This record gives sequence, C-alpha cells and structure tokens, in this order.
Amino acid sequence: MNSKKMQLNKNLTNNLITYGLVIAAFFVVQGMIWTGKSSSLMQGLLVPLCVYVILAVSLNLTVGILGELSLGHAGFMCVGAFASAFFSKCVQEAIPNSGLRFFLAILIGAAAAGLFGILIGIPVLRLKGDYLAIVTLAFGEIIKNIINVLYIGKDGNGFHFSMKDALSLHMESDGVLIINGAQGITGTPKDSSFIIGVALVLITLWIVLNIIHSRDGRAIMSIRDNRIAAESIGINITKYKLMAFSVSAALAGVAGVLYAHNLSTLTALPKNFGYNMSIMILVFVVLGGIGNIRGSVISAVILTLLPELLRGLNSYRMLIYAIVLIVMMLFNWSPKCIEFRERYSLKRLLKNRNHNKKEAE
Amino acid sequence: MALLEAKNLTISFGGLRAVDDFQISIEKGRLYGLIGPNGAGKTTVFNLLTGVYKPNEGIITLDGKDITGKKTIEINKAGIARTFQNIRLFKELSVIDNVKAGLHNHHPYSVIAGILRLPKYFREEKKMTEEAMELLKVFDLDGEAEYLAANLPYGKQRKLEIARALATRPKILLLDEPAAGMNPNETQELMDTIRFVRKQFDMTILLIEHDMKLVSGICEELTVLNFGRILAQGKTSEVLNDPEVIKAYLGE
Repeated sequence: MNSKKMQLNKNLTNNLITYGLVIAAFFVVQGMIWTGKSSSLMQGLLVPLCVYVILAVSLNLTVGILGELSLGHAGFMCVGAFASAFFSKCVQEAIPNSGLRFFLAILIGAAAAGLFGILIGIPVLRLKGDYLAIVTLAFGEIIKNIINVLYIGKDGNGFHFSMKDALSLHMESDGVLIINGAQGITGTPKDSSFIIGVALVLITLWIVLNIIHSRDGRAIMSIRDNRIAAESIGINITKYKLMAFSVSAALAGVAGVLYAHNLSTLTALPKNFGYNMSIMILVFVVLGGIGNIRGSVISAVILTLLPELLRGLNSYRMLIYAIVLIVMMLFNWSPKCIEFRERYSLKRLLKNRNHNKKEAE
Repeated sequence: MALLEAKNLTISFGGLRAVDDFQISIEKGRLYGLIGPNGAGKTTVFNLLTGVYKPNEGIITLDGKDITGKKTIEINKAGIARTFQNIRLFKELSVIDNVKAGLHNHHPYSVIAGILRLPKYFREEKKMTEEAMELLKVFDLDGEAEYLAANLPYGKQRKLEIARALATRPKILLLDEPAAGMNPNETQELMDTIRFVRKQFDMTILLIEHDMKLVSGICEELTVLNFGRILAQGKTSEVLNDPEVIKAYLGE
C-alpha cells in the first residue's frame, strides 16, 4: 500500500510541476506586458506559442503514448481551424457575446477534428510504422488541397457549395462568400487571446495527463509496448488505438481554433497547414522526449521563441537553430548524456546530501 | 466434465499441417503438461486455444461453452490466460502497472471519469492497486512494484508475466515454456511457484516445457506432440516410459 501511495504522489507532483511551469511562464509574460517591457513582436508570438504547445502535447499522445508515427497532425489542426472559423463567421451576428461564441467554436473545432480522427483512424490504424506515417502525411496534404478549392457562400436561400469557383455558387445579390477557395476565410472575429491560449494549454495538459494516468492510458501504453500481450489480457486494441488517435486529433483541432481566431484571414497554405508544420510539431515532440509531456511543452516554447530571439543575428539564425536542435537531441537521447544526467541529477544530489547528514549524525 | 476440451483440432499453413487431429481434455485443478521436440506444434496449439489462430477443423470448449474461432479478447474474458515463450511484458510500464493492465476488465470506469477524476476513478483505482499488490506479494515482487518491468531480472520477469495473466482472473492458465533460460535453482523455485499458484488460486494449469525435471516433477498428465500429431497421452509416469516417446523425444 505504502509504495502505491508514493507512486500516486509521484505522478501528482510530476503533473503539478508541469501545470506550475505553464502558470509561472504565464505570469512572467503577463508581468512583462503589464510593465510594458515586451515588444509588440513578442506579443504577437504569444498565441501561436500556445497553439504550438497544444499541438506538441496532443501529438505526443499519438507518438509517445500510443507509439504510432503520425505526420498528418497539421491536417487535423486545419480541420479544426476551418470548421470553427466557418462557424464563427456564420453566427457572428447571431451570437454577439464573443466568449460564448468562442467557447462554441472550440467545441465545434474539436468535434470536427475528432470526427476526422475517427474516420481516418478506422482504416489507417491497421497500418503500422512507416505506412501509417505515409498515409497520415497524405491525409494532411489532401485536407489542405481540398480546402484550397472549397467555395461556400450564404444568401437568402441558404448555403451554396462549390469546388470550382465563386461564380458557380449562383448566389443571389445579397449572398456572402464565407470560404473563398484559396483566399480562405476573411474577417474571422479575433476572439483568441493569450489568457485563453494558456487556459487551453492547461486544459489540454489536464486531459492528456489524466488519460495517461488512468486505466485507459495503461491500456494504450500496453498496446504500444506489446500488442499481442495486450490482446491476450483482454484489452480491446482497436478501441484504444482509436481513442488515443481521435483525442489527439480533437486537441489538434482545438489548437486550430485558437490559431484561426487569432488571424483576420485564414488560408490553408503549405506554411501553416502543410507537412512542414506536421514535421515541425514532430520535431517538438522528439526533442522534448517521446512520451514526455512536459518536455513537449518546453521544447515547443524554446523552438518557437528561438528563431525570433535570434532575429538580430540575421543569417546565422538558422545555423544556431540547427545547432540547438542537435545539442538538445544529444542531451535527450545520447546514452552518455542520460548517464551524466542521472548521476548529477538534483534529486540524487539532494538524496546523497541527506544521506551524508544522517551518517554524520 | 472437463474444464477445457478440444477435439479434432487441425490447422494448416500452406501445405504444412502444423497441428493435426489434436485433442485434449483437462479436468479442473489439473496440472497438465504439453511436451514434444522443437517444431512439434506446441505453441501453435496454445495459439489455437487462445484464438490467435483459427482452427481449420475441430472445436474447443471451455467449461461447456464453445469458444472455437472466437477472438483472443473474448477468449480471455471467457477465462483463458497465457504467458509467452519469449517474455512479452509491457516494458515501459512499472511492475504494478503491468498487473493493473491485467485487471483492466475487472474494475471498469469510463474515460470521462478518468479525465475528470470523478470519485469512481479513485475508488476503482484503489481497488485495483490493492488487488495488484496482493498478487505481487504472492510472487514476491511487491518490493519492486515501482520498477520498470524492463529492469527486472529475467526470472522475475517470468513471474510478473504469470502474475499479469492471473490478474485477468482466468479459469485456466497456459504457460509457454516458463522455465526457458532459467538455471536449476530458478527452475526449482518456479516449480514451487507453480504448485503454490495452483493451490492458492485453485487454478488449472496447462504448460509447455522442455525441462524434463520440471515436467516429471509437477505435471500429473502429459500430452506428447511430434510433427503436429499426438504421440502419447495420459499419466505422466506412463507417458514418460512409453517406448515411442523415448525414441522420438528423450533419445534412445
């Protein structure tokens, strides 16, 4: 019994440290804004920062906890972004309260992305490893390209839909174009803010960490560690794979909602929803440590801020970025470094100190 | 009536009849051994009994219920648990979490309860932990409950696998070469553990083994397989003295 209590406490402390880090970072940044010490450039970076953290944490659920490589995370983000922006634009007049509207938009973004997660997951999760990676990569690209040719308008008669061009919608003169193909959605209400972003980060962390430390998380991780053994003890493989994948997709959708409502014009470019983005999120996850949620948060923050902080160095910027990537990779994964870290970890040093003290007494 | 019964089990892979006309009948509480030379089809029999493979012919009944062709999960729920020849633990999970994964279907709560940390979560987790610790104590693993399963020494990994299988509360336990890779001392200890498990949990056990000392030491009945066919079946002492068996398996 005693040891179990210790384990619960250990999990709890670990989770609290993660939440604490996020909250502390929030107050530091908020303090800088209040005292006027932050540049407008930095302030513009705060919401994207939250977006990336949510993306990294949610992808870690698929890559680290479920153990499947997904390269289509930007696709789910894209679904969430467009579904929610579409919704917000439609009800902008009907629901003037921005808080309520944004809350509903988040639910809709998460539901849409989660639904896509289930639809994609059912056939795709039969694949493993590289094959799964390829299919999810293709999914991300397909979503982006479909949205680029999607035209949806609204007039007195209701919604019009086309995949050719705006003219073929045949709208009445009072018609409004909501999604305008490659030009995307313009005039989305700017409902996102740093505070909401941090709140969403905390909610994401809460959901992911609580899933990990529950019966369902154990089932998901047991599938990752040994599928055949998991099956032999009565764990439903399909159900739990799908659960992890769709929760991960839904959270990516939430990140998309946050992203969409931070911009006045939402377009599906290769830069924001293409595979570059998916790879970047994967880089956050790998560098933060696969399966390490707190690591994902930290690496997403560092790697998003770094290029901006180094802007003054101009052409050396990407060089330093690359070096930081390599150093972080070594620090996290090289056996020598892991050994070094264990030997000189704070916890161990404290323990030794207490031990020595006791001996001295 | 027998607890586990199989009749005319046959499976072919391509042109190879891996298991041909296999039958077995295991009474409740029995310690039953399945032996045979390498490639005789012993593990294939296990895979048939646990639903990994579907037999081409034949039926399997557990406690009077037909379980032929059912999925592994359903067969586990019906009451068959197994261990593996090459240990299959959840290596990145702690020892206690391995056992708790085995308890998965016995203390259910919804995902929502897990995420929102409703009272049911704490109640069921507490029960799970207590039950898992009890099981670990039986196998003398309670001291290592927080270790990662991968960090356990070999012999303890084998024990943990048995503990995890028992956590699913089976009616019959299938052990696939439990003594593989163990030294004589560890094997002796394992024999005591198997005997103890049978007594403590009132368990029926079917095991595959190569170690003749273990087989003759604890098994009450034996089936000998050779090239997918049954060579001999019956009481251990009789089977081991069968000239056919000696010729095929033990050496002339």
